[in-house]
Amino acid sequence: MERLSGADAIIRSLQEEGVDVIFGYPGGAVLHIYDALFQQNQVRHILTRHEQAATHMADGYARSTGRPGVVLVTSGPGATNAVTGIATAYMDSIPLVVLSGQVQSHLIGTDSFQETDMVGISRPIVKHSFLLKSAEEIAPAIKKAFVIATSGRPGPVVIDIPKDITNPTDLIDFEYPDTIEIRSYNPASKGHSGQIRKAVSMIMEAERPVIYSGGGVIQGEGCELLTHLTRTLGYPITNTLMGLGAYPGTDPQFLGMLGMHGTYEANMAMHHSDLILAIGARFDDRVTNTVPLFCPTAKIVHVDVDPASISKNVTVDVPIVGEVTQVLEEMNQLVDAQIGERTEGQKNVLADWWTQIEGWRGQDCLKVIREDDDKQIKPQEAVQAAYELSGGDAYVTSDVGQHQMFAALYHPFDQPRKWINSGGLGTMGFGLPAAMGVQLAFPDEQVICITGEGSIQMNIQELSTCSQYGLPIKIINVNNQALGMVKQWQDMQYEGRHAHSYMQSLPDFVGLVEAYGHVGFRIETVDDLEPMMKKAFSLKDRLVFVDVLVDPEEHVYPMFVAPNGSMRDMWLRRGVRT
Amino acid sequence: MRRILSVLLENEAGALSRVVGLFAQRNYNIETLTVAPTEDQSLSRLTLTTHGNDREIEQITKQLNKLIEVVKLVDLTDGSHVERELMLVKIRATSSQRAEIKRTADIFRGQIVDVTGSTYTIQLTGTKDKLDAFIGALGDAVIMEVVRSGSSGLSRGEKVLAI
Ligand SMILES: Cc1ncc(C[n+]2csc(CCOP(=O)(O)OP(=O)(O)O)c2C)c(N)n1
Ligand SMILES: [Mg+2]
Repeated sequence: MERLSGADAIIRSLQEEGVDVIFGYPGGAVLHIYDALFQQNQVRHILTRHEQAATHMADGYARSTGRPGVVLVTSGPGATNAVTGIATAYMDSIPLVVLSGQVQSHLIGTDSFQETDMVGISRPIVKHSFLLKSAEEIAPAIKKAFVIATSGRPGPVVIDIPKDITNPTDLIDFEYPDTIEIRSYNPASKGHSGQIRKAVSMIMEAERPVIYSGGGVIQGEGCELLTHLTRTLGYPITNTLMGLGAYPGTDPQFLGMLGMHGTYEANMAMHHSDLILAIGARFDDRVTNTVPLFCPTAKIVHVDVDPASISKNVTVDVPIVGEVTQVLEEMNQLVDAQIGERTEGQKNVLADWWTQIEGWRGQDCLKVIREDDDKQIKPQEAVQAAYELSGGDAYVTSDVGQHQMFAALYHPFDQPRKWINSGGLGTMGFGLPAAMGVQLAFPDEQVICITGEGSIQMNIQELSTCSQYGLPIKIINVNNQALGMVKQWQDMQYEGRHAHSYMQSLPDFVGLVEAYGHVGFRIETVDDLEPMMKKAFSLKDRLVFVDVLVDPEEHVYPMFVAPNGSMRDMWLRRGVRT
Repeated sequence: MRRILSVLLENEAGALSRVVGLFAQRNYNIETLTVAPTEDQSLSRLTLTTHGNDREIEQITKQLNKLIEVVKLVDLTDGSHVERELMLVKIRATSSQRAEIKRTADIFRGQIVDVTGSTYTIQLTGTKDKLDAFIGALGDAVIMEVVRSGSSGLSRGEKVLAI
């Protein structure tokens, strides 16, 4: 049997898992591991400028590829810096394996230098965690971590590794297991066929159906099956913020995103429906508005891999716990067989439903209104320009705020895994590092980061990492000179008192990105938008930072009326509500 | 409604903290909690009593089941079950009261496990209600200290919680 040090065992285990890249930052507790990493070239290491960014990069890598992202950080501050990224991944069910260094075993509990209880700190934001006690535990723990992170409802797993067990002079027998049994963990569940049949008969008989799908369909690789089902049925479909791209965004059956900033037609269709087929979505409070008022006439079928998601927020009529692919395959078989039996009467009822929906769509809730002589760029137009001039099939990451909602609403996504944002935790600072993780996974693809001047400054140091690894990301800074989303709430709920939602000392972004070795443009008028954006996208192998000065007064609409509103209660424009 | 959940947990460092952390994190309440290794040293058995409506209990059991180290779980309240709690009570027992306290202990089948000139320590087992009733029955006797183990329980008859 092979004899390896703990540090080598870690790197070998990652190689065995087929890991091609990890994101990290060195420090005392992980020096043995870094030394082992240095002496091989199968696993590439990306040196970030902050551990939070390392976790977001691994996260962007995972969201775009479907493979787990791997992070390596040192103990103490390295580990705590990673916490925001772990929480971000946890909220969106993203598979990560985070290796954190820990002080030597005999020092644990003594408040030694750079000691922190990482397992304790991360406990509520991980799917699972391990504190290793010996080098022999390394291979099985890493195997388990990958299995747990990627199966069932995915999520981040932390492995905390005391320095002494990675000592290069202490050798252990190493063998990486092909499979591993975890007796208390059996995530693979098969949706109950009886329930599926019952659901399908309700679906077939519905008069005002809506399909509502979320991030789970993308994570579970069920997009093609969902598209087939939706097209065969001819039903309207809406996606959550996390689910955009699961169904082609430019298709006429697509009603747009639903929820707090969802489209008028999507929210109205949900509210008036008599049957909701929810797949891989979790009835988040940003979707339902006031729960007791949620979709009063609808029966609900809910498909999810996580039993705890079912009837957590909203009580459902037909729960189906199972992998999305298996459930959708069975549904498709039944629907394919039954669709031919549709009566003229049923077809007319569906046509009437579509007529009602087209009426709502006719409101044109996303219409951008501008005065003819106004030269100021609207933030929505910045997003539209990026969509049109990038060819429309780029990977797009975003930060958090108004620009995120504008990106979700004004940039259609025809494919899954192309829209990458922090939906659950809403982490400002996510966008740039996530884009870097995507670009590293797909060096030849176009990657765009749509950000705001507030969010970008939360991880702007990563521009340095971008120069080191030559990442030609296009950063569209939707610069409204304000923490726009905060300001919007203050306009709507605090009579316009803008408490600390201004940034009065914004940097010269063009000068700043040039200092990092990149190209920067500033666009100030609507006439410059198209040519300058075109130029930005023409610089294929450079990172280009496009600082687009936009109308600071613009709000994101539609927006739910709250509190005590239902899904049909929306602000459509400033002062105009349903 | 009060519920008794019985959980088989991997007997590993940190497993218990995940259970307790889950309750804190999700704003569920724990009334009592007992835990000890079982005859199989790789497993701990945990009994937990909590309050909640059906929906809350459903969420609690689902969330507990999601913890990787939870091997099996049963809501004992769903069926008939045996529930016991152990209590030790130290009571001020001076001459005039000694006989009365002893009588009360006998009625509740308590045992006096420690005696001094001025105190009795009484051990009592039973359901939560019985132990509560005993405390009530002590009347104006001075209770110096009470320690209760929290409930343990299992299903009646053939039904077992095992792997
Ligand atoms: C780390 C973090 N801190 C605070 C917030 C609260 N927050 C949500 S949106 C927002 C404003 C974001 O400003 P900017 O990035 O400029 O985007 P804009 O809304 O102006 O488009 C803030 C502060 C957050 N989501 N994340
Ligand atoms: Mg802003």
